[in-house]
Amino acid sequence: MSRLSHADVEVGTELPERTFPVRRLDLVRYAGASGDFNPIHWNERFAKSVGLPDVIAHGMFTMAEAARVLTDWTGDPGCVVDYSVRFSAPVVVPDDDEGAEITVGGKVKSKNDDGTVTVLLTARSGGAKVLVQSKAVVRLA
Amino acid sequence: MAINPDYLGREYPAPESYEVTRGKIREFAEAVNDPNPVYTDTASAKAAGYPDVIAPPTFPVILGMAGSAQAIADPELGVDFSRVVHGDQSFHYSRPLHAGDVLSSVTRITGIKSLGGNELLTLETVADNADGEHVVTTTMMLVVRGE
Repeated sequence: MSRLSHADVEVGTELPERTFPVRRLDLVRYAGASGDFNPIHWNERFAKSVGLPDVIAHGMFTMAEAARVLTDWTGDPGCVVDYSVRFSAPVVVPDDDEGAEITVGGKVKSKNDDGTVTVLLTARSGGAKVLVQSKAVVRLA
Repeated sequence: MAINPDYLGREYPAPESYEVTRGKIREFAEAVNDPNPVYTDTASAKAAGYPDVIAPPTFPVILGMAGSAQAIADPELGVDFSRVVHGDQSFHYSRPLHAGDVLSSVTRITGIKSLGGNELLTLETVADNADGEHVVTTTMMLVVRGE
């Protein structure tokens, strides 16, 4: 995989937008791998009892998918220096074969003097912004 | 149930160190559907300049989750876990985690506040390697939704 260099990017450079599926199975698998067994992520009865519309995805699953857009763009997953997101709306995952979709995009906000680049990331699902104030600082070759 | 404000600054050291393994990294990478070979193939990771397979950027949430679970399990803190959703999350890395890392971590409560009927609890987990060098800090803000 070729690595993106600092010279390859400009302020405003857009990252290729991608859409990721998220089904109930993904949430069960993510719960096991991450250790987050909060029942709002797998138990519809429980989710509704605490006032949620349905089972919702782990915010960290969305954050991980957004990271794929970033690390596939840079070509080096070890390049990430800082990564932060705010979860602004839940990704509601219905109990069907399609589940939900998360669409992730990004744009270069700044090229920094220390050789890093700051990228703003966006994520939407079901017409709602599910990540806001999301940014990463990456060190490019 | 209100969060006890006296708990600001309280620390929860992980009871034992966390060993980052190839198997756990593979499991996590598969769970986020990320096929990048540096997570699963040692030769690819070495070709990319790493000592072994590295962990995806959000992998250290495992340490943060464990630390926050310790805090939330503390009945005196007063968090109703059934009403918790994730508000925000950040990672600051000195370097990527790789298989073979043995990390010790401490989770500290760095914020407790009320906002619009909800309560916000911020937990910071700092993980160092066996030589005491910083590897990653993960910070999570949890929203305890009001009734």
